[in-house]
Amino acid sequence: MTQDSLTLVPVPERKKTPLLQKAILYRAFIDSFVKLNPLVMAKNPVMMVVEVASIITTILFFRDLIIRTPAKVLLFEGQITLWLWFTVLFANFAEAIAEGRGKAQADTLRKSRKETIAQREISKDKYESIFANTLRKGDTVLVKAGELIPGDGEVIEGVATVDESAITGESAPVIRESGGDRSAVTGGTTVLSDWLRIRITVQAGETFIDRMISLVEGAQRQKTPNEIALNILLAGLTIIFLLVVSTLLPFSIFAVRAGGCGQSTDMFSLIALLVCLIPTTIGALLSAIGIAGMDRVLQHNVIAMSGKAIEAAGDVDTLLLDKTGTITLGNRQAVQFIPAPGISETILADAAQLSSLADETPEGRSIVTLAKQFNLRERQLAKVNPQFISFSAHTKMSGVNLNKKQIRKGAADVICTFVREQGKEVPAQIDKEVSRIAKSGGTPLLVADNVRGLLGLIYLKDVVKGGLKERFAHLRQMGIRTIMITGDNSLTAAAIATEAGLDDFLAEATPEKKMQLIRKEQEGGRLVAMTGDGTNDAPALAAADVGLAMNTGTQAAKEAGNMIDLDSNPTKLIEVVQIGKQLLMTRGSLTTFSIANDVAKYFAILPAMFGSLYLFSATNTPNHGPIWALNIMGLHSAQSAILAAVIFNALIIIALIPLALRGIHYQPMNAESLLRRNLLIYGAGGLIIPFPGIRLLDQIIVMLGLAPFS
Amino acid sequence: MLKQLLPAIRATIILSILTGLVFPITVTIIAQFLFPKQANGSLVYNKTGQIIGSQLIGQQFVQPQYFHPRPSAAGTGYAGEASAGTNLGPTSAKFILGQLDDKNTKDIDKSFAGIKQLSENYVKENCLSSTELPPVDAVTRSGSGLDPDISQINALYQARRIAKARGLSLQTIASLIKKHSQDRQFGILGEPRVNVLSLNIALENLDHE
Amino acid sequence: MTLIGCLQIIIYSLLLLVITKPVGFYMTQVMEGEKTFLEFVLGHLERMVYRMSGVNPQEEMHWTTYTYSLLTFSLIGALFTYTILRLQGILPFNPMSFSTAVAPVYATSMTPDLAFNTAVSFTTNTNWQNYSGENTMSYLSQMLGLAYHNWISAAVGLAACTALIRGFARQSVTTVGNFWKDLVRSLLYIFFPITFVYSLFLVSQGVIQNFAPYTVALTVEGIKQIIPQGPVATQEAIKMLGINGGGFFNANSAHPFENPTPFSNLIQMLSMFILPAGFTYMFGKMVKDTRQGWALLAAMFILFILGTFICYYFECRGNPNIRVQHVETSTNVLGDLGGNMEGKEIRFGLADSALFATITTDASCGAVNCMHDSLTPLAGLIPLLNIQLGEIIFGGVGSGLYGMLIFAVLTVFIAGLMVGRTPEYVGKKIEQKDVKMAMLFVLAGCFSILIFTALGSVLELPNKSSINVPGAAYNNVNNTGPHGFTEILYCYASSTGNNGSAFAGLTGNTPFYNITSAIAMLVGRFFMMIPALALAGSLVQKKYVPPSSGTFPTHGGLFVTLLIGVILIVGALTFFPALTLGPIVEHFLMHNSKLF
Repeated sequence: MTQDSLTLVPVPERKKTPLLQKAILYRAFIDSFVKLNPLVMAKNPVMMVVEVASIITTILFFRDLIIRTPAKVLLFEGQITLWLWFTVLFANFAEAIAEGRGKAQADTLRKSRKETIAQREISKDKYESIFANTLRKGDTVLVKAGELIPGDGEVIEGVATVDESAITGESAPVIRESGGDRSAVTGGTTVLSDWLRIRITVQAGETFIDRMISLVEGAQRQKTPNEIALNILLAGLTIIFLLVVSTLLPFSIFAVRAGGCGQSTDMFSLIALLVCLIPTTIGALLSAIGIAGMDRVLQHNVIAMSGKAIEAAGDVDTLLLDKTGTITLGNRQAVQFIPAPGISETILADAAQLSSLADETPEGRSIVTLAKQFNLRERQLAKVNPQFISFSAHTKMSGVNLNKKQIRKGAADVICTFVREQGKEVPAQIDKEVSRIAKSGGTPLLVADNVRGLLGLIYLKDVVKGGLKERFAHLRQMGIRTIMITGDNSLTAAAIATEAGLDDFLAEATPEKKMQLIRKEQEGGRLVAMTGDGTNDAPALAAADVGLAMNTGTQAAKEAGNMIDLDSNPTKLIEVVQIGKQLLMTRGSLTTFSIANDVAKYFAILPAMFGSLYLFSATNTPNHGPIWALNIMGLHSAQSAILAAVIFNALIIIALIPLALRGIHYQPMNAESLLRRNLLIYGAGGLIIPFPGIRLLDQIIVMLGLAPFS
Repeated sequence: MLKQLLPAIRATIILSILTGLVFPITVTIIAQFLFPKQANGSLVYNKTGQIIGSQLIGQQFVQPQYFHPRPSAAGTGYAGEASAGTNLGPTSAKFILGQLDDKNTKDIDKSFAGIKQLSENYVKENCLSSTELPPVDAVTRSGSGLDPDISQINALYQARRIAKARGLSLQTIASLIKKHSQDRQFGILGEPRVNVLSLNIALENLDHE
Repeated sequence: MTLIGCLQIIIYSLLLLVITKPVGFYMTQVMEGEKTFLEFVLGHLERMVYRMSGVNPQEEMHWTTYTYSLLTFSLIGALFTYTILRLQGILPFNPMSFSTAVAPVYATSMTPDLAFNTAVSFTTNTNWQNYSGENTMSYLSQMLGLAYHNWISAAVGLAACTALIRGFARQSVTTVGNFWKDLVRSLLYIFFPITFVYSLFLVSQGVIQNFAPYTVALTVEGIKQIIPQGPVATQEAIKMLGINGGGFFNANSAHPFENPTPFSNLIQMLSMFILPAGFTYMFGKMVKDTRQGWALLAAMFILFILGTFICYYFECRGNPNIRVQHVETSTNVLGDLGGNMEGKEIRFGLADSALFATITTDASCGAVNCMHDSLTPLAGLIPLLNIQLGEIIFGGVGSGLYGMLIFAVLTVFIAGLMVGRTPEYVGKKIEQKDVKMAMLFVLAGCFSILIFTALGSVLELPNKSSINVPGAAYNNVNNTGPHGFTEILYCYASSTGNNGSAFAGLTGNTPFYNITSAIAMLVGRFFMMIPALALAGSLVQKKYVPPSSGTFPTHGGLFVTLLIGVILIVGALTFFPALTLGPIVEHFLMHNSKLF
């Protein structure tokens, strides 16, 4: 079967959405208002408080409007009310825009889930047409070329090429066949050639695509443990500030009585102070950060089954990486022919090539390619009537029979046995060569025939992917240990691990050994991440804290993991870890920023609120009593100061939306330097930025004449 | 919680006896043996064996021939059974400017000498020149109201008055102050000071010599 | 500020840092149940106490059992003291016949609300005193009713904190130790030997120790002076060491019979800090990384020394209102006897008074050697803020460290996310439940302080009402203007912080203040201790996560800075508005000669 024989059905490719898109913005704008529903708001205690505050000020504003309060006062009250509503809307907008990208993706996915007709098997060779959404678990369906696969299932018969771009975005078709690791098919994908008999394994409505839609839409989004803990902290701070602000009224009443002048604080100033103090910045952006994190993972074509999985990825201490495909290019390449004593290199190359002509594996092809350097061109094979012996698990060798000549290649022990069976000696030198190659991380492949005995070795080398060494070094800096998992013996494993710069390796790995390693790491308090695709990986994937299953893998593996890589690229585990870290860092940084902001707001609002108290002499202007001395920003008036603080508080949310969506700048380095850097930017920055910010807004307010009282 | 009740009661009984009775009684016996003078209040006796005070507790002196201690807020002044400071804050008008007796409360004297009166009084009593300001310890009340000490400057400013009242030379008084001055403990701890009671007893003894 | 004054502060600091390690080392030995050099003297007594109390010291307790034991024991102790106080008139060791018909005229009667307040106050390690010892308490009340709690409440705090440390030190278990064993061992091996030597030292300096009735002296000028007596030294020693602070006399450590010399003053100041300082070392030792302990000590020490110098600076600057009355206050002329000498003793001067005021409020002691009410506004702000920050700068015995650990947990949680991992502290992941407990701890404190102060500032009550004789709650202040507000704020801060020092002008002995401040003390003690113990229960079950280069490092300068930042920001954000209306505005008013 070749690519040419396929009848390609064009399918829409999923587009990667840019950060801000007109449609998304529009939808987010509408959603910001929809989210004002108190039932929705209740999930976010901080913003709920702001909404209640906005409602109260609105009521007070209209009350004052009716009782004909002076216009100057109304102007102030109206502005405060408006900006409080803006604060809530901005927070909603942040969340909506983060969700918007997922929603857009969900829409694309939905298109592929459109109503399909399934051919359900009633009895052997008898099928009935039914709607796909009435399929049940255990039904068997037949899907022919050009048809959509009606649901998730397992191929029980047939081989076919399938276009999975609807899910993966990857337009190159993949092969699905019964048995083995390529038997899983996903509903919504299209069979391009041939046919498949599929047993449906998932109830309609719970298919992968359904789950994916709800995941990207955020409909099932549950708060992650860290997010809940942070929410507790924020709720706690909110209660503290509620206490602080509500007790200011009695405190100021005492001061008015004791000082014999001034007014106790008014409701608008108190509410303004409250909203400025409670951590609205992080409260507004918290869920957006979480959604954006999932979205970023999705941009890498990885589906996280929960936000928790992404968070766990940030916490990972140990990465278990399969050698093949992750660390090495997946196929070994022949790099050298080492002839046995008395045999010329050409003879060896010739035999090696002959034995590999039918070998379609990358290794086999690389042997043929290497042999071409010895001017060996393809021959008229028909003359010798070759019989190719393919590799079997039983014989553990492959080769070719040319008339009576038998050429065999295979692992050292089996070929040595073969040679001895032919009554020939195995030169002692060969053992040395075998172990030399193994030590350097290569695989020795012995070649022999029944005439001359052992001909020599082929040096197959694992090719380590470029750039990995640096990435592992970065991971090490961040305290993450990398362990290579390989079926190779420990000599080979050690060599490759060293070459690729890994911390450790598990050689001659079996699924049991893998499980043991995970358990051991977890008992030591470490979180483990791994990738896997085979059914025998499933228990380990389930046991690992982060299990990244390959989309090409079996259904069992995909169900066991908590993330699925649609591109089936195991190296991506590293990206996922970095996204997880970035997510946590963004949360921490914005929390710190938010809390640090409060200091400046005190210096804006307190002098404004208490300026009229304890006037000590007639020269004091009415609102510029002793506490006005705390107005270190030199704000214009009490009104402009309060307004400036409230506006700053609202605008900072908008200003930080891109940061929340993109995540803070991430650079691999150790925790200490990372902390110092982020602390400087978000801690010190959070402390300082509001001072000039509020000052500037004050200036603008005065210029626009929005604070008529002086 | 009930399961813990019995051990709690039993532990309370035994531990209270240990800490509340056995311990203080044992220490009292040892202290009375090792440091009988200190343990009983560092009492000062006159020649007839009568207790005239404690070395550590300040006492009231108002007559001009004695060194005056700092003003006191303990009772009517240096009342041993009522140790106390004024507890007046830095912006208290009563503290700075004083308070006159309230005519409505005839039975209780509510008058209070503020810094203003104390300062004026100190200047007048000790005939300070216009460049000489009363040292702050002479016009402020101590925390205990029983402060036995005054600063050396305070003592020196009072010397003139005492010399005049007793008909002694300023020199004698000054050297007496010097003799009864205590330096910082170990040269570093606390402040240099003069114990008013010892100084006044020394003055008395000076007369008898 | 004078050179000698600064030198006195530095000498104190050095002495403190030198004794931290040996004290901490010994504490670890005791609390880990190891044999100490006192075993042969006290081992027998220890076993006898267990036997007579009917407890099995080997039984390991779940945090809830530990807490139940602790609460039951505290409750029984409070009832015990309440009973003694109410019955003191018919009990022995009452030479002055307090609470009887023949009591002297100056005696204060022991009302039920005062007895309640006092019993709660001593049980909670607060030692807020709405009475004057020398005219209210019989010697039996002092020794058995009050000093008993000086021992016990300190040992209880020490036990609770040890349980929390075990939460960090142990892994994957459910038990946090045995309350009775922790209580008895700390009492016998830590408090007994030190207090014994300490009391005798105090007597040598002039502190009295007898059971005689008050002496009547005839002064040089021929006036009667009453000289109080009593078993002061033993009570003084444990009051300082146990960071209780309840004085035998009204004037507390300003009283010459409690604190007669600068040397006794130095030792008293040291004794307030040695156990909390030792605790930091013990923490490091138990979690097997002493750097962690030193980091906490560094944070405490920096906050302490900053506070001390601010307080000292403003006391030296003095009060311009005194200066304008033609009084010499310059420290250039008078040294440490200049500045603001109101409420201070000559033997201590400014530096030792400012130092003592800072220490006693950093540690939740509350003993005073100068009157805090008479401090200049910003100098007085320091003790107030120290208490409001949660009594964690050294803090009470145990309660200081567990408070500090809770702030460390919060710090790690707020800032630790910034390194991109679920925050960990000394190998324990900080999760949902831990943050909840930490927030409960912080909330309990600020709730009690702010709500009660609000009540005290505005509550109107009828004049001469039985619940508050002066009428409205705000009439109980001794100073009008912002200083009065500070008095109320300080009262509830001190009660909640279990400190016990006071802006003592406030008339506290009325049913209203007796009851509200008692509630504040209970909240401050148990609503903060229970979350700490629950935290222990949560942490102890967790696995130990070995540190890696990706872990937030909690032993370096960066963490110390961060911890200080979080403490100051959380504390400042909570109390800055209230402080603005108290000491801060008073400061501006004082410099503008506005009097009230």
